[in-house]
Amino acid sequence: MSRKSFRQAINEALRQEMRRDPRVILMGEDVAGGRGGTSGVKDAWGGVLGVTKGLLTEFGEDRVLDTPITEASYIGAAAGAAATGLRPVAELMFVDFVGCCLDQIMNQAAKFRYMFGGKARTPLVIRAMYGAGFNAAAQHSQALYPLFTHIPGLKVVVPSSPYEAKGLLIEAIRDDDPVIFLENKVMYDDEEDVPDEPYTIPFGEANLTREGDDVTIVAFGRMVNLANQAADRLEKDGISCTVIDPRTTSPLDTGTILDCVADTGRLVIVDESSPRCNLATDVAALVAEEAFDALKAPIRRVVPPHTPVPFATVLENLYMPSVEKIEAAVRSVAAYRVKEEA
Amino acid sequence: MQISRDILTRSYRAMRTIRDFEERLHVEFATGEIPGFVHLYCGEEASGVGVCAHLSDTDTIASTHRGHGHCIAKGVAVDGMMAEIYGRQTGVCRGKGGSMHIADLSLGMLGANGIVGGGPPLICGAALSHKLLKDNGVAVAFYGDGASNEGSTLESLNLATVWQLPAVFVVEDNGYGEATGASYACAGTQKDRAAGFGMPYFECDGTDFFAVYETAGEAIAHARSGKGPAMLHVHLSRWYGHFEGDAMTYRAEGEVAKERAEHDCLVNFRKHVTEISLLEASALDDIDAAVKSEIDAAVAAAKVAPLPEEADLMRDVYVSY
Ligand SMILES: Cc1ncc(C[n+]2csc(CCOP(=O)(O)OP(=O)(O)O)c2C)c(N)n1
Ligand SMILES: [Mg+2]
Repeated sequence: MSRKSFRQAINEALRQEMRRDPRVILMGEDVAGGRGGTSGVKDAWGGVLGVTKGLLTEFGEDRVLDTPITEASYIGAAAGAAATGLRPVAELMFVDFVGCCLDQIMNQAAKFRYMFGGKARTPLVIRAMYGAGFNAAAQHSQALYPLFTHIPGLKVVVPSSPYEAKGLLIEAIRDDDPVIFLENKVMYDDEEDVPDEPYTIPFGEANLTREGDDVTIVAFGRMVNLANQAADRLEKDGISCTVIDPRTTSPLDTGTILDCVADTGRLVIVDESSPRCNLATDVAALVAEEAFDALKAPIRRVVPPHTPVPFATVLENLYMPSVEKIEAAVRSVAAYRVKEEA
Repeated sequence: MQISRDILTRSYRAMRTIRDFEERLHVEFATGEIPGFVHLYCGEEASGVGVCAHLSDTDTIASTHRGHGHCIAKGVAVDGMMAEIYGRQTGVCRGKGGSMHIADLSLGMLGANGIVGGGPPLICGAALSHKLLKDNGVAVAFYGDGASNEGSTLESLNLATVWQLPAVFVVEDNGYGEATGASYACAGTQKDRAAGFGMPYFECDGTDFFAVYETAGEAIAHARSGKGPAMLHVHLSRWYGHFEGDAMTYRAEGEVAKERAEHDCLVNFRKHVTEISLLEASALDDIDAAVKSEIDAAVAAAKVAPLPEEADLMRDVYVSY
């Protein structure tokens, strides 16, 4: 066990799985970098934010493949390779670039197994970074996990910490279905204790980062940290929260969510993706349908407005869910009392 | 080749403005005051300016993530650009877009673009508008060697030919897409790609304004005459990292210094025009001084300009909703 950053945890998961299984390969734009350069320096970048640094040195150019800037072809190649014996981890850099290769994910990789009558296995992992908070503006800041969650055949992972990232990525690589693994770009330097040895965290099993009596908060990815901070503050005022990190949006651990709501009767959902047809609406529908009798207050969603992500810091801060917004939402549902019928 | 004094002066001024704008951003970015990513066009000025010298506001261009130079060459106001990069309400995009999304459709500037290969398809559409609206306009896509491999770019070469569009595809080949060399990432040649789609191919030294001006003139004249699209392959070099903060370890020691020393478009322009007495050194000095104060003023104004307000967040998602 040692302290590792989110970046290091992911790097270690990749390294350990590549050591374990020679079929695991890596591909993407500048996942190593320096090919065709004039200095002869290899592994010049190791990914645009240095996440895959050093893997080229250990595994060589056959297994760490720099691609041209051609998302449709290399993401599709990863899907094809996965269906024919390799276990590729393809890096899409910013998840927004899925616009350039969605067909290969949505109509190809995701559909093979069902469409071919159960004959295909597509052990593909697509890594990409998501989220606002970087002043990266409308085309580099989206939180597109609902898009993937919507597509049957894909599994979708949104790790909330370095520990979670390592265990979930190893699970993703060993999984035989296509997995979209989404890393929040402002979390790469977050640190915590992470075991040195490989371990897996199963998909579809939520993690309760804290348990309380008054309000259940379901939060995704980085929002789990914000929810915990809000819960710390609320605790001081005597409002105790359960915080659920579902870890994967597909499969979704509906059982844990329903159990917790049955206990607290109050629900706040925190989701940084665009508010229409997102995970918050999905969880709200689930609870409204399955736990109606348990609810003591309306469900509240803490989500951004229905706009592209703005550039300027002031606007981006207004756009994002925040600890304050979560706190206010929890207070309002905690204070809510059903009106007695006259 | 005859170039009017007016075009020479305007082009020198545009190149100087781009250079100073970018050099200044390099300095200001290091202070941490500028949000987001910045990709500098230093070293490539003659390309954008040499091409846009043949265009008017009724012609359209689409740019890239490295878009400041194309914007300035197309006439976008420097103070509005600077304010945009600083995320201010007075920015050309009201602080909503930042460096990678500067656009001014009233000037035929269809935007910088955060998506590599985003521009060429849009330029097919712009060229279609020019063709069907019969405004005699042409549409020009600037894109990098890296972007030249995107499916969207290659499909656009095909579509523009199939529809015989008044479009010019300008490949700004600086030899790198991020940290990967074009010698690795680009199969075949741009010339053969143009030939493969049946369009005329032009190429030039993109650090020599006069070479760009002349060659771009031919490519644009071809497109404007209704004979279909053309490709212009411009060879140049970027002087800074892919984005600010990139240490460029993938480039040989001295590579950039050599480019700066030998292929500075501004130095070579000045040498050429003064040697053959097209412009006087004093006229160029005056431009240098004027641009310097223009950039100083733009930065000073951007730093104190008002920030966007809460109401701006919800504004302009749609025309009506
Ligand atoms: C679709 C897409 N893929 C990848 C990126 C990340 N990216 C931004 S610029 C760039 C390199 C582009 O190289 P090139 O087209 O040669 O332009 P240059 O940077 O050299 O001007 C890459 C890979 C992106 N913005 N969009
Ligand atoms: Mg390039």
